[in-house]
Amino acid sequence: MSLGDIDVSFTNSSTFMVLTVVSISLFLILGMRRAQLVPGRWQSMVELSYVFIANLVRDTVGSQGRPYFPFIFTIFMFVLFGNLWGMIPYSFTFTSHIVVTFAMALVIFIGVTIIGIVKHKLHFLTFFMPPGVPMYMAPLLIPIEIISYLSRPISLSVRLFANMLAGHTLLKVFAGFVISLGIAAGWLPLLFIVALTGLEIVIAFLQAFVFAILTCLYLNDALHLH
Amino acid sequence: MPQLDITTFSSQIFWLAVTFIALFLVMWRVAVPKIADSLEARQKRISDNLARAEEVKTEAEAAIEAYEASLAEARSDAQSVISEAAQQLADEAAAREAELAETLKNRIAESEASIAQAMEAAIANIRDAAAEVAVSATERLTGEAPAADDAGAAVDNAIKARG
Repeated sequence: MSLGDIDVSFTNSSTFMVLTVVSISLFLILGMRRAQLVPGRWQSMVELSYVFIANLVRDTVGSQGRPYFPFIFTIFMFVLFGNLWGMIPYSFTFTSHIVVTFAMALVIFIGVTIIGIVKHKLHFLTFFMPPGVPMYMAPLLIPIEIISYLSRPISLSVRLFANMLAGHTLLKVFAGFVISLGIAAGWLPLLFIVALTGLEIVIAFLQAFVFAILTCLYLNDALHLH
Repeated sequence: MPQLDITTFSSQIFWLAVTFIALFLVMWRVAVPKIADSLEARQKRISDNLARAEEVKTEAEAAIEAYEASLAEARSDAQSVISEAAQQLADEAAAREAELAETLKNRIAESEASIAQAMEAAIANIRDAAAEVAVSATERLTGEAPAADDAGAAVDNAIKARG
Protein backbone atom coordinates (compact mmCIF):
# COMPACT_ATOMS: atom_id res chain seq x y z
CA MET A 1 0.00 0.00 0.00
CA SER A 2 1.38 3.38 -0.86
CA LEU A 3 0.36 7.01 -0.96
CA GLY A 4 1.96 8.57 -4.04
CA ASP A 5 5.60 7.58 -3.72
CA ILE A 6 5.39 7.00 0.01
CA ASP A 7 5.05 3.53 1.47
CA VAL A 8 2.18 3.33 3.95
CA SER A 9 1.81 -0.44 4.22
CA PHE A 10 -0.37 -1.77 7.01
CA THR A 11 2.23 -3.57 9.10
CA ASN A 12 2.59 -5.18 12.52
CA SER A 13 3.16 -1.76 13.95
CA SER A 14 -0.01 -0.39 12.36
CA THR A 15 -2.01 -3.41 13.60
CA PHE A 16 -1.04 -2.74 17.18
CA MET A 17 -1.69 0.97 16.85
CA VAL A 18 -5.20 0.17 15.65
CA LEU A 19 -5.61 -2.41 18.42
CA THR A 20 -4.48 0.19 20.93
CA VAL A 21 -6.95 2.77 19.70
CA VAL A 22 -9.81 0.28 19.59
CA SER A 23 -9.07 -1.11 23.04
CA ILE A 24 -8.81 2.36 24.59
CA SER A 25 -12.08 3.41 22.97
CA LEU A 26 -13.83 0.26 24.15
CA PHE A 27 -12.33 0.58 27.62
CA LEU A 28 -13.49 4.16 28.03
CA ILE A 29 -16.83 4.07 26.23
CA LEU A 30 -18.09 0.68 27.35
CA GLY A 31 -16.91 1.43 30.87
CA MET A 32 -19.11 4.53 30.90
CA ARG A 33 -21.99 2.94 28.97
CA ARG A 34 -24.24 2.75 31.99
CA ALA A 35 -22.70 5.46 34.10
CA GLN A 36 -23.87 5.01 37.63
CA LEU A 37 -23.78 7.21 40.69
CA VAL A 38 -21.81 4.59 42.57
CA PRO A 39 -19.38 3.29 39.96
CA GLY A 40 -18.66 -0.39 39.43
CA ARG A 41 -15.14 -1.72 38.98
CA TRP A 42 -14.87 -0.92 35.30
CA GLN A 43 -16.36 2.55 35.61
CA SER A 44 -14.06 3.19 38.58
CA MET A 45 -11.01 2.36 36.47
CA VAL A 46 -12.16 4.68 33.71
CA GLU A 47 -12.88 7.51 36.14
CA LEU A 48 -9.65 6.87 37.99
CA SER A 49 -7.57 7.24 34.83
CA TYR A 50 -9.49 10.41 33.93
CA VAL A 51 -9.10 11.95 37.38
CA PHE A 52 -5.45 10.92 37.52
CA ILE A 53 -4.59 12.82 34.35
CA ALA A 54 -6.94 15.70 35.19
CA ASN A 55 -5.12 16.18 38.51
CA LEU A 56 -1.78 15.90 36.76
CA VAL A 57 -2.72 18.64 34.32
CA ARG A 58 -4.18 20.83 37.06
CA ASP A 59 -1.17 20.43 39.34
CA THR A 60 1.51 21.04 36.72
CA VAL A 61 -0.16 23.45 34.30
CA GLY A 62 -2.96 24.98 36.35
CA SER A 63 -6.39 26.03 35.19
CA GLN A 64 -5.01 27.25 31.85
CA GLY A 65 -4.21 23.65 30.97
CA ARG A 66 -7.85 22.57 30.80
CA PRO A 67 -8.22 23.00 27.02
CA TYR A 68 -5.23 20.70 26.48
CA PHE A 69 -6.54 17.97 28.77
CA PRO A 70 -8.05 15.77 26.01
CA PHE A 71 -4.73 15.78 24.16
CA ILE A 72 -2.69 14.86 27.22
CA PHE A 73 -5.21 12.19 28.20
CA THR A 74 -4.93 10.78 24.67
CA ILE A 75 -1.13 10.78 24.85
CA PHE A 76 -1.15 9.00 28.19
CA MET A 77 -3.66 6.35 27.19
CA PHE A 78 -2.02 5.79 23.79
CA VAL A 79 1.44 5.25 25.27
CA LEU A 80 0.11 3.21 28.20
CA PHE A 81 -1.98 0.83 26.07
CA GLY A 82 0.82 0.60 23.48
CA ASN A 83 3.23 -0.42 26.24
CA LEU A 84 0.78 -2.88 27.77
CA TRP A 85 -0.13 -4.52 24.45
CA GLY A 86 3.61 -5.03 24.01
CA MET A 87 3.71 -7.09 27.21
CA ILE A 88 1.76 -9.90 25.55
CA PRO A 89 4.14 -12.50 24.07
CA TYR A 90 4.43 -12.44 20.24
CA SER A 91 2.90 -8.97 20.13
CA PHE A 92 4.53 -5.86 18.75
CA THR A 93 5.51 -2.86 20.87
CA PHE A 94 5.24 0.23 18.70
CA THR A 95 6.47 2.45 21.55
CA SER A 96 9.82 0.65 21.32
CA HIS A 97 10.34 2.24 17.90
CA ILE A 98 12.28 5.47 17.93
CA VAL A 99 10.46 6.78 14.89
CA VAL A 100 7.08 6.51 16.65
CA THR A 101 8.21 8.07 19.91
CA PHE A 102 10.21 10.74 18.13
CA ALA A 103 7.25 11.65 15.93
CA MET A 104 5.06 12.07 18.99
CA ALA A 105 7.75 14.04 20.83
CA LEU A 106 8.32 16.27 17.81
CA VAL A 107 4.59 17.00 17.48
CA ILE A 108 4.46 17.89 21.17
CA PHE A 109 7.60 20.02 20.91
CA ILE A 110 6.42 21.95 17.85
CA GLY A 111 2.92 22.31 19.23
CA VAL A 112 4.14 23.61 22.56
CA THR A 113 6.50 26.05 20.85
CA ILE A 114 3.67 27.36 18.68
CA ILE A 115 1.44 27.76 21.74
CA GLY A 116 4.23 29.70 23.47
CA ILE A 117 4.83 32.00 20.51
CA VAL A 118 1.11 32.64 19.91
CA LYS A 119 0.54 33.39 23.58
CA HIS A 120 3.61 35.52 24.28
CA LYS A 121 4.64 36.76 20.79
CA LEU A 122 8.27 37.96 20.87
CA HIS A 123 8.19 37.83 24.64
CA PHE A 124 8.57 34.07 24.25
CA LEU A 125 12.28 34.67 23.56
CA THR A 126 12.81 35.71 27.17
CA PHE A 127 12.42 32.01 27.84
CA PHE A 128 16.04 31.69 26.77
CA MET A 129 17.18 34.79 28.67
CA PRO A 130 15.14 35.12 31.85
CA PRO A 131 14.79 38.66 33.23
CA GLY A 132 17.12 39.51 36.11
CA VAL A 133 20.07 37.60 34.71
CA PRO A 134 23.16 39.86 34.34
CA MET A 135 23.96 40.81 30.75
CA TYR A 136 27.46 39.34 30.75
CA MET A 137 25.91 35.91 31.36
CA ALA A 138 23.95 36.08 28.11
CA PRO A 139 26.61 34.61 25.76
CA LEU A 140 26.85 31.57 28.01
CA LEU A 141 23.22 31.26 29.10
CA ILE A 142 21.43 31.66 25.81
CA PRO A 143 23.20 28.84 23.94
CA ILE A 144 22.73 26.51 26.93
CA GLU A 145 19.04 27.32 27.17
CA ILE A 146 18.55 26.87 23.43
CA ILE A 147 20.37 23.56 23.39
CA SER A 148 18.42 22.27 26.38
CA TYR A 149 15.19 23.41 24.75
CA LEU A 150 16.03 21.75 21.44
CA SER A 151 17.06 18.53 23.14
CA ARG A 152 13.66 18.15 24.73
CA PRO A 153 12.06 16.13 21.92
CA ILE A 154 15.12 13.90 21.79
CA SER A 155 15.18 13.19 25.52
CA LEU A 156 11.41 12.73 25.58
CA SER A 157 11.39 10.23 22.73
CA VAL A 158 14.61 8.38 23.61
CA ARG A 159 13.49 7.86 27.22
CA LEU A 160 10.35 5.99 26.20
CA PHE A 161 11.97 4.18 23.30
CA ALA A 162 15.02 3.03 25.31
CA ASN A 163 12.95 1.88 28.26
CA MET A 164 10.67 -0.21 26.10
CA LEU A 165 13.49 -1.56 23.95
CA ALA A 166 15.75 -2.46 26.87
CA GLY A 167 12.99 -4.14 28.84
CA HIS A 168 11.81 -6.24 25.95
CA THR A 169 15.33 -7.12 24.86
CA LEU A 170 16.13 -8.24 28.38
CA LEU A 171 13.01 -10.42 28.45
CA LYS A 172 13.93 -12.01 25.13
CA VAL A 173 17.55 -12.64 26.15
CA PHE A 174 16.42 -14.40 29.32
CA ALA A 175 13.78 -16.30 27.38
CA GLY A 176 16.62 -17.54 25.13
CA PHE A 177 18.49 -18.73 28.24
CA VAL A 178 15.49 -20.82 29.28
CA ILE A 179 15.76 -22.79 26.02
CA SER A 180 19.54 -23.10 25.99
CA LEU A 181 19.82 -24.16 29.65
CA GLY A 182 17.08 -26.74 29.23
CA ILE A 183 15.23 -28.45 32.05
CA ALA A 184 18.31 -28.65 34.29
CA ALA A 185 18.77 -24.96 35.00
CA GLY A 186 16.21 -23.32 32.73
CA TRP A 187 13.82 -22.60 35.59
CA LEU A 188 16.22 -20.00 36.97
CA PRO A 189 15.94 -17.53 34.06
CA LEU A 190 12.23 -18.45 33.87
CA LEU A 191 11.73 -17.20 37.42
CA PHE A 192 13.67 -14.11 36.49
CA ILE A 193 11.38 -13.54 33.50
CA VAL A 194 8.32 -13.76 35.74
CA ALA A 195 9.75 -11.11 38.06
CA LEU A 196 10.90 -9.00 35.15
CA THR A 197 7.43 -9.13 33.57
CA GLY A 198 6.01 -7.56 36.71
CA LEU A 199 8.67 -4.88 36.60
CA GLU A 200 8.00 -4.27 32.91
CA ILE A 201 4.30 -3.71 33.60
CA VAL A 202 5.25 -1.15 36.23
CA ILE A 203 7.59 0.48 33.72
CA ALA A 204 4.80 0.51 31.13
CA PHE A 205 2.71 2.62 33.50
CA LEU A 206 5.64 4.69 34.68
CA GLN A 207 6.84 5.63 31.21
CA ALA A 208 3.35 6.57 30.09
CA PHE A 209 3.08 8.74 33.19
CA VAL A 210 6.51 10.29 32.59
CA PHE A 211 5.61 11.01 28.98
CA ALA A 212 2.40 12.71 30.06
CA ILE A 213 3.95 14.69 32.90
CA LEU A 214 6.80 15.95 30.70
CA THR A 215 4.27 17.03 28.11
CA CYS A 216 2.49 18.94 30.88
CA LEU A 217 5.73 20.54 32.05
CA TYR A 218 6.63 21.67 28.53
CA LEU A 219 3.11 23.03 28.12
CA ASN A 220 3.43 24.84 31.43
CA ASP A 221 6.74 26.40 30.29
CA ALA A 222 5.08 27.57 27.09
CA LEU A 223 2.06 29.04 28.90
CA HIS A 224 3.85 30.65 31.84
CA LEU A 225 7.47 30.89 30.58
CA HIS A 226 9.84 30.55 33.50
CA MET B 1 18.11 -3.43 14.58
CA PRO B 2 14.61 -3.13 13.12
CA GLN B 3 14.18 0.20 14.88
CA LEU B 4 16.74 1.76 12.56
CA ASP B 5 15.28 0.36 9.32
CA ILE B 6 14.44 3.58 7.52
CA THR B 7 12.11 1.91 5.02
CA THR B 8 9.51 1.27 7.75
CA PHE B 9 9.49 4.88 8.93
CA SER B 10 7.01 6.31 6.46
CA SER B 11 4.36 3.69 7.12
CA GLN B 12 4.82 3.88 10.88
CA ILE B 13 4.52 7.66 10.89
CA PHE B 14 1.50 7.54 8.60
CA TRP B 15 -0.37 5.01 10.72
CA LEU B 16 0.70 6.72 13.91
CA ALA B 17 -0.86 9.92 12.61
CA VAL B 18 -4.04 8.16 11.49
CA THR B 19 -4.56 6.17 14.68
CA PHE B 20 -3.54 8.95 17.01
CA ILE B 21 -5.85 11.48 15.37
CA ALA B 22 -8.67 8.94 15.41
CA LEU B 23 -8.11 8.29 19.11
CA PHE B 24 -7.87 11.99 19.82
CA LEU B 25 -11.20 12.63 18.09
CA VAL B 26 -12.86 9.79 20.01
CA MET B 27 -11.43 11.14 23.26
CA TRP B 28 -12.26 14.75 22.56
CA ARG B 29 -15.77 14.24 21.24
CA VAL B 30 -17.04 11.16 23.06
CA ALA B 31 -15.05 9.75 25.95
CA VAL B 32 -13.91 12.87 27.81
CA PRO B 33 -17.31 14.63 27.81
CA LYS B 34 -18.97 11.39 28.89
CA ILE B 35 -16.66 10.85 31.83
CA ALA B 36 -16.75 14.54 32.74
CA ASP B 37 -20.58 14.46 32.72
CA SER B 38 -20.63 11.44 34.97
CA LEU B 39 -18.18 12.98 37.44
CA GLU B 40 -20.01 16.28 37.38
CA ALA B 41 -23.37 14.58 37.93
CA ARG B 42 -21.94 12.76 40.93
CA GLN B 43 -20.45 15.96 42.32
CA LYS B 44 -23.75 17.76 41.80
CA ARG B 45 -25.69 14.93 43.43
CA ILE B 46 -23.40 14.98 46.43
CA SER B 47 -23.59 18.73 46.88
CA ASP B 48 -27.38 18.63 46.37
CA ASN B 49 -27.69 15.96 49.01
CA LEU B 50 -25.51 17.98 51.35
CA ALA B 51 -27.68 21.04 50.78
CA ARG B 52 -30.82 18.97 51.35
CA ALA B 53 -29.36 17.56 54.55
CA GLU B 54 -28.56 21.08 55.70
CA GLU B 55 -32.14 22.13 54.94
CA VAL B 56 -33.61 19.19 56.81
CA LYS B 57 -31.35 19.95 59.73
CA THR B 58 -32.56 23.56 59.90
CA GLU B 59 -36.14 22.31 59.66
CA ALA B 60 -35.57 19.91 62.51
CA GLU B 61 -33.99 22.67 64.56
CA ALA B 62 -36.98 24.93 63.91
CA ALA B 63 -39.34 22.12 64.92
CA ILE B 64 -37.40 21.59 68.13
CA GLU B 65 -37.53 25.30 68.84
CA ALA B 66 -41.31 25.41 68.25
CA TYR B 67 -41.73 22.40 70.49
CA GLU B 68 -39.67 24.03 73.22
CA ALA B 69 -41.68 27.23 72.88
CA SER B 70 -45.03 25.44 73.13
CA LEU B 71 -43.74 23.41 76.05
CA ALA B 72 -42.72 26.59 77.86
CA GLU B 73 -46.08 28.16 77.09
CA ALA B 74 -47.94 25.12 78.39
CA ARG B 75 -45.80 25.19 81.47
CA SER B 76 -46.54 28.85 82.15
CA ASP B 77 -50.24 28.23 81.45
CA ALA B 78 -50.25 25.42 83.96
CA GLN B 79 -48.44 27.62 86.42
CA SER B 80 -51.04 30.39 86.06
CA VAL B 81 -53.92 27.90 86.38
CA ILE B 82 -52.36 26.50 89.53
CA SER B 83 -51.79 29.91 91.06
CA GLU B 84 -55.32 30.98 90.12
CA ALA B 85 -56.79 27.92 91.77
CA ALA B 86 -54.64 28.47 94.83
CA GLN B 87 -55.74 32.09 94.99
CA GLN B 88 -59.38 31.07 94.70
CA LEU B 89 -59.02 28.48 97.43
CA ALA B 90 -57.27 30.98 99.65
CA ASP B 91 -60.02 33.53 99.03
CA GLU B 92 -62.73 31.01 99.81
CA ALA B 93 -60.97 29.92 102.94
CA ALA B 94 -60.52 33.51 104.04
CA ALA B 95 -64.20 34.25 103.33
CA ARG B 96 -65.34 31.21 105.26
CA GLU B 97 -63.05 32.05 108.10
CA ALA B 98 -64.35 35.60 108.19
CA GLU B 99 -67.92 34.32 108.17
CA LEU B 100 -67.15 31.89 110.91
CA ALA B 101 -65.47 34.63 112.92
CA GLU B 102 -68.53 36.83 112.44
CA THR B 103 -70.91 34.08 113.56
CA LEU B 104 -68.79 33.31 116.56
CA LYS B 105 -68.55 36.94 117.45
CA ASN B 106 -72.34 37.31 117.22
CA ARG B 107 -72.86 34.23 119.27
CA ILE B 108 -70.36 35.45 121.85
CA ALA B 109 -72.10 38.80 122.01
CA GLU B 110 -75.48 37.08 122.34
CA SER B 111 -74.17 34.83 125.02
CA GLU B 112 -72.62 37.71 126.85
CA ALA B 113 -75.88 39.60 126.61
CA SER B 114 -77.87 36.66 127.96
CA ILE B 115 -75.28 36.12 130.69
CA ALA B 116 -75.49 39.79 131.63
CA GLN B 117 -79.26 39.55 131.65
CA ALA B 118 -79.20 36.44 133.75
CA MET B 119 -76.74 38.08 136.05
CA GLU B 120 -78.91 41.15 136.33
CA ALA B 121 -81.93 38.98 137.00
CA ALA B 122 -80.00 37.04 139.57
CA ILE B 123 -78.75 40.20 141.20
CA ALA B 124 -82.30 41.59 141.26
CA ASN B 125 -83.53 38.35 142.82
CA ILE B 126 -80.71 38.45 145.32
CA ARG B 127 -81.49 42.05 146.08
CA ASP B 128 -85.17 41.36 146.67
CA ALA B 129 -84.34 38.29 148.72
CA ALA B 130 -81.64 40.17 150.63
CA ALA B 131 -84.00 43.07 151.27
CA GLU B 132 -86.65 40.63 152.49
CA VAL B 133 -84.10 38.84 154.65
CA ALA B 134 -82.82 42.19 155.96
CA VAL B 135 -86.40 43.36 156.71
CA SER B 136 -87.38 40.17 158.49
CA ALA B 137 -84.02 40.02 160.37
CA THR B 138 -84.33 43.59 161.49
CA GLU B 139 -87.96 42.97 162.54
CA ARG B 140 -86.92 39.99 164.58
CA LEU B 141 -84.02 41.90 166.24
CA THR B 142 -85.68 45.26 166.84
CA GLY B 143 -89.27 44.24 166.69
CA GLU B 144 -90.04 46.89 164.36
CA ALA B 145 -89.97 46.51 160.60
CA PRO B 146 -88.00 49.09 158.68
CA ALA B 147 -89.41 50.61 155.61
CA ALA B 148 -88.98 48.29 152.60
CA ASP B 149 -87.46 51.14 150.61
CA ASP B 150 -84.76 51.78 153.20
CA ALA B 151 -83.84 48.10 153.23
CA GLY B 152 -83.76 48.08 149.41
CA ALA B 153 -81.50 51.17 149.35
CA ALA B 154 -79.18 49.62 151.95
CA VAL B 155 -78.93 46.36 149.92
CA ASP B 156 -78.27 48.41 146.82
CA ASN B 157 -75.45 50.21 148.58
CA ALA B 158 -74.02 46.95 149.82
CA ILE B 159 -74.15 45.39 146.33
CA LYS B 160 -72.54 48.50 144.87
CA ALA B 161 -69.84 48.43 147.55
CA ARG B 162 -69.05 44.73 146.69
CA GLY B 163 -69.04 45.39 143.03
